Formats: sequence, structure tokens, C-alpha cells
Amino acid sequence: MAGVIARVTGPVVIAEGLTDAKMYDVVRVGSLGLVGEIIRLVGGTATVQVYEDTTGIRPGDPVENTGQALSVELGPGLLKSIYDGVQRPLDVIQKAAGDFITRGAVAAPLDPKAKWEFTATAKVGSEVTAGTILGTVQETPIVLHKIMVPPGMRGTLKELKSGTYTVHDPIGSVTTAGGAVPLSLAQKWVVRVPRPVTQKLPPEIPLVTGQRVIDSFFPVAKGGTAAIPGPFGSGKTVTQQQLAKWADSDIVVYVGCGERGNEMTEVLATFPSLQDPKSKRPLMERTILIANTSNMPVAAREASVYTGITIAEYYRDMGYDVALMADSTSRWAEAMREISGRLEEMPGEEGYPAYLGRRVAEFYERAGRVVTLSPEGRMGSVSVIGAVSPPGGDTSEPVSQNTLRVTRVFWALDASLASRRHFPSINWLQSYSLYGNDLAPWYTKELSPEFVHLRQRALETLQKEAELQEIVQLVGVDALPEREKATLDVARMLREDFLQQSAYDEVDTYTSIQKQLRMLRTILAFGDREQEAIAKGSTVAALQRLPVRTKLSRMKWIPEAEMKTQFDQLDLEMTQAVAATAPGGS
Amino acid sequence: MAAKSAAPSKTVPDVPIDYRTIDRVAGPLLFVRDVANAAYGEIVEIALPNGERRQGQVLDSRKGLAIVQVFGPTMGINVEQTSVKFLGEVATLAVSDELLGRVFNGLGEPRDGGPKIVSETRLEIVGNAMNPYSRQEPSEFIQTGISTIDVNNTLVRGQKLPIFSAAGLPHNQVAAQIVRQAKLRDSSEGFAVVFAAMGITSEEANFFLREFESTGALERAVVFLNLSSDPSMERVVTPRMALTAAEYLAYEKDLHVLVVLTDMTSYCEALREVSAARDEVPGRRGYPGYLYTDLATIYERAGKIHGRKGSITQLPILTMPADDVTHPIPDLTGYITEGQVYVSRELQRKGVYPPIDVLPSLSRLMSLGIGKGRTREDHRGVSDQLFAAYATGKDQRALSAIVGEEALSATDRIYLRAADRYEKEFVNQRPDEDRTIDQSLALAWDILSDFPDSELKRIRPEFIAQFRVHPPVGGT
Repeated sequence: MAGVIARVTGPVVIAEGLTDAKMYDVVRVGSLGLVGEIIRLVGGTATVQVYEDTTGIRPGDPVENTGQALSVELGPGLLKSIYDGVQRPLDVIQKAAGDFITRGAVAAPLDPKAKWEFTATAKVGSEVTAGTILGTVQETPIVLHKIMVPPGMRGTLKELKSGTYTVHDPIGSVTTAGGAVPLSLAQKWVVRVPRPVTQKLPPEIPLVTGQRVIDSFFPVAKGGTAAIPGPFGSGKTVTQQQLAKWADSDIVVYVGCGERGNEMTEVLATFPSLQDPKSKRPLMERTILIANTSNMPVAAREASVYTGITIAEYYRDMGYDVALMADSTSRWAEAMREISGRLEEMPGEEGYPAYLGRRVAEFYERAGRVVTLSPEGRMGSVSVIGAVSPPGGDTSEPVSQNTLRVTRVFWALDASLASRRHFPSINWLQSYSLYGNDLAPWYTKELSPEFVHLRQRALETLQKEAELQEIVQLVGVDALPEREKATLDVARMLREDFLQQSAYDEVDTYTSIQKQLRMLRTILAFGDREQEAIAKGSTVAALQRLPVRTKLSRMKWIPEAEMKTQFDQLDLEMTQAVAATAPGGS
Repeated sequence: MAAKSAAPSKTVPDVPIDYRTIDRVAGPLLFVRDVANAAYGEIVEIALPNGERRQGQVLDSRKGLAIVQVFGPTMGINVEQTSVKFLGEVATLAVSDELLGRVFNGLGEPRDGGPKIVSETRLEIVGNAMNPYSRQEPSEFIQTGISTIDVNNTLVRGQKLPIFSAAGLPHNQVAAQIVRQAKLRDSSEGFAVVFAAMGITSEEANFFLREFESTGALERAVVFLNLSSDPSMERVVTPRMALTAAEYLAYEKDLHVLVVLTDMTSYCEALREVSAARDEVPGRRGYPGYLYTDLATIYERAGKIHGRKGSITQLPILTMPADDVTHPIPDLTGYITEGQVYVSRELQRKGVYPPIDVLPSLSRLMSLGIGKGRTREDHRGVSDQLFAAYATGKDQRALSAIVGEEALSATDRIYLRAADRYEKEFVNQRPDEDRTIDQSLALAWDILSDFPDSELKRIRPEFIAQFRVHPPVGGT
């Protein structure tokens, strides 16, 4: 059904004559066929948000309705791809159109020519329903892509053959109540609708990230949600990238939403050469990038987070643990605000549309550990970690507040920590994780019963430090009793030797949870020995001069392989050295 | 089912029609009635009753109405006799080798009395977004000769690193010093400077022009000048003109281009003026909600492309109203650019030049440009250690003002002294002092060597052993 343009203003186009249009139908605008989406209908007049620059478009130009809602194509070939916000492969577009993205570019999301080796596992004649695994494709050396019956389909498997196929070749068919339906390796899904699940499960397993402040202090669960708000320069992107690199999920979807082009380049340049700590294969083999940088069209930025999460849900449905990083959700919210402003909608807070809170909540609700829609009750998860960029670092603004209402982990990035290069600059007093209790049984069982206790003690020490610092500001450190000076000393070790972690150091960038336990135990044990020595008459000044402290401050560089011997040795040395400082000590 | 009443022609009329149907003039905007089908972003020519011609651009196009933003003042425009011609094309800039050494106004017209640039090649000034897949990761260290930048906030080729400053601070001197001294180590590749002035005073403009002239940089420079006395609406176009010239020089002529944009605050104010005239729903402080996106289309034009030799490095300057870094302009800029160099009033008052406060400064691409083979293997550790030591030292300074220096521990006193030494010896340098990275690192080690090994937690032990220049103060 064709219509004509009546008005153009920036990314918003008003079209007349689209009588059969439905909300969120995808339309093609102008002679270039720019992709757009209907976001408002008044009679036959449709308001369209266009995913590309509208310069040169004029009233009277044609508008074509495709009659379909914005969807993504799901199938083998997603991994290792880099897409824009509406799932156009940027590498293919570059080959076709050059280094600058020209308008109206069309490219199939999944390479239509690529051949995949399909191994059928389902039996012909068996009953199949949504989520039944038909067979597998080795998509990358570390990811086995499971070809599933699409949601909504049910019937008897009439035909299915192993073989080499493109994503669109028929691989078999299902006899349903409505007749035979062909099957292929790819399926489509509308991005704004969550893929259905059977049941949501409580979080029980942590997403282990190798980042000490996160795993030990403020863990996020597999299927959980976390928010990272912080002013610019506080390390949001580095934290997101560290999680994308080291989190123990099977699949990573990284959405660069309205952020810097060079950051996506960095991911593209470094991920292929970095090894997944588990499989020792390049990280890129489990990664999908969605790059809608800040200078790319704003409406596609709005769509990019939905594109990302739909892909994440698809891999979840196969039974994988997926982690989605969205950097930054504030840019997504701003895109909504921009479109809303062009629609002349009545603004809510700070010019954001009144539906901001609902949209944010809907998005994070798509995370979770679930029983997927499948006959055997496969389990999978999508964890969502969203960066928030509050103006001026002030989290009282609407995007931060609406995000904090629905996420369960809050990593508060602190500009004053960043300026002294304490990275990751996650403030230990303001941050929280509501998964602590849910995950405690896992830590107790898988790691050590003492871990939860150590964590609590460490946090208490840091809290105590903050209180003591207030006194120090008034009377100076010398006026404190030795016992409290020792508390300050241990807190400082926790901050500098444990919490600080360099993303750029090849050893320090990832710390296994076992090593985190050893580090925490050693620092707190040092504190205990210190208090004992002080009770016997030693001073903090003397303890600070101990040569063993230099070794303690280098714990982070102990290689994982030599962990046990080196830590045992260190613990022994430390105990002896501290004891020796007490007058007449052992 | 196309609306029958519209019956629009789908092509541009061959001969542009003169419309004498201005309905309303509001601020910088003209509302033109009965226009058949103006294209969004189309350039228009406005003929005034006195024969003068001005340019404008379509901001909103509907059936029978076009809203045109005038580049320049609306003085002299009337409703009766002024005519508007829709040119059927978007804004372009003629580019050729001849650009180098020339001075243009904010719209790209010659300002130096020279001839117009005649060229077959006209580039659209609103460039398409660079495909993120085509970008090459910036990694070449640019030595600016300024220790605080080279050691603590390293600039690399293809980066966009703004200078956050405020009224009364020497940001122009700092920018000029960077332009004068910036070089790759051991490189003789072609370079060019593109300078875009938006709303700066003629004195400031003259300072830069004299500076370029005296160093011979002018013949390698393309200058776009929109002074504070020039029409503010031109400013909306000026940075795009400049970046189009820069892209041509970088990607067609293989030059390494350093783009200086000053003052971005004036640019944003011009944008706000347009937005207010259109009765748009304002975002923070009256700036339009799309300020972030708009700034991104400027800043993101820095970078390098795989397979092309040239590069664009951006050095935007902005003055923070009331020194407020949370003001929307510095705030949104900081979210787009790859770091910032922060000029501090406190250091300026202490007589330190260049008064760069490293603590709020940052270079996001630093780690790509430093280290073994690029600068030196100990660079990252030394830089982090300086940051940590200076931050702690400043805390001790504040503390000692309350409780007295005697109440500090011996270690804290070393920090206090290090902060002072850092400001006086490391940050402070002459405007004509061009330090090599090795000289800067040597200065850093001289300060860091005051500390015992146990305090140098950010530096790997082997580097301490290798680079320490004297034993720690106070023994041990």
C-alpha cells in the first residue's frame, strides 16, 4: 500500500494515504527507500520514524508500507557479526558502499550465500512444538547453534534431512493443523515483542566476571540485571568491555548504542586476539556486536537495544547463558526523547516522554533465567548490564532513577575515584547487589563457606574506614589510637591491593574467583595479625615498614597457575614478619 | 489511495521558482507558504529588496509550507518583496588543493580577498556517518611537548580531545602550543591544520593567525572564521565546512589533519537560538533535546579509516559557563569525545603554565598509544602512579591546612611534597618549552623516586628497579 509524504522534519516523516497501516509497521520512505517505522496513526495519516538521514526527502515523495513489523532474522551466522541498530551487517555495507554509510543501503542480515553443515537430530514422524531442537549447526568452534522449531508452531515432523544448506534453503517441513509448513535454518522475530518462555526462575548462579569488586562485593546473577551509572570518564565503557571479555557466559551481545565509533573499533580490533579463559578460543567467536554510534541516525539507535535483546533471547532459547551489555541506555532514552519532541508530545520529566519508565522497565524485564519454551524444559538465561550516562553524573535524573527502580545491581561509578585512577571506579559504599543472599548458597558450595563471611568483614572494614576518615579530617591521623590506625591500614590495603584492578595489565585484567578468595583472606588475615601485634605493643608505623608489604601489594600479579604455592608462602611470611614487630615478640 | 488533492510532482522543478510568499519571519526563521515540495535540508537563496542575497536551509517541510533557517541576520528581510529560491541541493563545499593557505568565512566564502575555490568536486557538508567497521583504531602517539598531556593524557592520531576551559584561562595559548609542537616521533609525513572559529573575538582570531603565520603553519592551514560580530547562524554550518575540508585533505590527499574548533560553546548557543525560534520542547537549560546527536555528528568525524593514509585529529575548545563542568555543553561533549584536557583556574592563580589539572583530565585512547615500542614500557605505571600520588598529595594538603603538617604521618608528608613538586616541576613549563617524552618521563621518575617501593603500587617491580633515579626520601 503506497502513500505520499506530507511533512518532513528531521527523522520524523508524516505520510498520507497509508490506510491499511498498522502501528509499528515498517515502511520504505522516498525514492531511496529509507527504512522507517510507523509510530502514530491518525486516520490515514501515519507518523514515521526514519532510521536514516532524511536530507533531500520532500513532501510528495512516495512511502511504501511493507505491512510487517520491525524484525530480526535469526539463524547461523549471527556470531562474529557487526550490525547497525536495525540489523544491517556493517561489514557487508562497507564492501558495497564504502567507508561511509550511504542511505537506503540494503543488506541481508544473514549471508544468504553462506553454506552451513546441518546435522538433523529430530526424528521424522515425531511430534514437534515450539522450541523442539531439529538439529545443530557448528556456528563457530565454540558455539553449537541449535535449530529450533519457531514459537507458535506445532505438528508432526514430516521431513528433515541433514546436509549443507544456506539459511533460507528448505531443510524439511512440519505438518500442522493448517497444512505443511516448510522449515529453514533461519527464523524471524519481531524485535519489540519478547520471545515467549515457559517460566522464569529465581537467580541462583553468579555471572562470574573476573572483576574483583564485582564478583566479591557486588555480584550479578546469571539472568540478572545491573546498572552502571556514572559521569563521563568514570569508566563505564571499560567496565562494560571487561565484562564482555571475561564474563563466563556462553554468548555476549554488545550493543554500542549512541556511543563512540572508536570504541566499537576497539572491540573489533581486540576481541579476535583475546582468548576466552574457559575455551581458549578467540572471544569474537561468541560475540555479536550491534553498533549504532552517536553520529548514526537517532531512530535506529532507539531500535538497537531491541535488536540486541531479541538476538540474546534467541540464543537463550537454545539453552545458553547470554550476557547483553548496553552502552549506553541513556542514549537510547535520549533517542526516545528526540523522537517524542518531534512528535510534539507532552513531555514528562526533563523533556523525556511520559512512557520512559515503562519502556525502561519493559526492556530490563526481558532479562532472566528461564525455562525456555521447549518440550524438555531447557534452561537458559539473559543477563542485562546497562550503562547509564547521567548528565553531570547526577543520578537523580529520570533515566537513572527509572533504571534503578528495575535493576537489582547498582555499580555506582565515582568520578573522584576515577580522577585518582582508582579503577574500576565502583564506589564500595554506594553500590549494592540485591543478589547477595540469592547467591550465597552457590558461593558457599562452589567456593568456600568462609567467602560470604570474608566479604561481609571486608565491607564492614571499608564502612568503618569512612567513619574514621571523618574524624581524621578534624584531628589528623596521629590522634587516633593504634587499633584504629590499623583499621585504616587494612582498609587501604583492601582498596589498593584488592579493589583496584587494571584492565590493561595482562595478569590483573582477570582474577579467578578462587584467587579473589585467597587475596581477600590474606588481606584480612594481615589485619588480624596486625591487631594482635598492636595488642602486644607494636605500632602501625613499624608494621608499614615491613618488607613483606611490598609483596602483599603485588598479590594481584601472582599468576593463576602458581596461586596456591605463592599464597601459602606469602601467608606464612606475613604471619612471621608481623609477629616479629611486637616488642619481645616471637 | 494517494491523497488526490496533493497531486505533488515527484521531481525538482528544472528552473528553481522564486517564491514571494514569506508568511512570517521569526528570529532566524522564515515561514514560506505555498511551496510545492521543498526537500528537507535543501539550500535556499533569499533575495532581499535591496538586492542583497543570503543563504538558508530548509528545517521543516510540509505540504505548502517550508520553514527556512537563514544563515545570517534577518535584518532587511520583509514579507512583501523578499523572494526565496529553492536550489534543489544540499549545502556543499568546493574542495581542491587550493584550500590550503586560505581564509574563509563561516559559510566557506573567501574572506582573504582571494578568488573563490573553483573545483569539479563539491562535497556535501553533512557527511554520512563513517561505518564503524571501516574505522581504524588510533594508535600513533602524538608528542605535544607538554608533559601533562604526553605522560598523563596522551594524544593519539585520530583522537578527538577537547580542551575544557573557561573565561580568562589560557586555553588559546595551550591550543597554539599543541598545534606548534605536535609531531609523531621520527616522522616526516604531510600534515595540515584546519582551524574553525565560531563566535570568537577578532583578537583571539588574530592571535591564532599570527601564531600560524610565525611558525609557517598558515600555508598548511585552512581557516574558517566566524567572529563574534558575524551572523550567529553561520556558526551552525562552520564546523561542518571545516570538517568537510579536513576529510578531503585527510582521505583524498593523504594528509594528517589537526582540526581546531573554537569555541564550541558559541556553536551550541547558535543551535539553541534556532531551536527556541522553532518553539521546540527544550532539553536542559534551553538547549535542544538533540544537542547530543548534533554534537556527535561533528566530533565523530575525527578518526582514521582502514586503507587510507590520512587522519583527522580534533582539538575542540569550549569555555564552560561559570566553570561548570556539569553544564550541558561540556557534559555532552565529554560523553562523545575521547577524553578531555581540563584547564584549571586554581593552577592558573598559582602561576602554573600550562594550568592543566590532570585529575579531571583524561585520554581514553591513551592505552593504545603508549607502552613498549610506542613510548616506553613503564609509561602506563608511571602515569597511574603520578595520578594516585598527586590525588593523595592534594588530600594531604587539604588535611594539613586543618590539622597542621605535623599531624601527618611520615608517608603522608612525602605525598604532600610530591604534589607540590609535581605542580612546580612537572606541570609547569614555558610556553616555548618542547619536552620529549623521555624528558617528561625522567621528570616523573625524579618525583616518584622520593617514595619507597611499597608505595609505588602501580608500577611493576622490574620497572622500579630499572628506572628509579635516587633512593627514597628518609631511607628504608
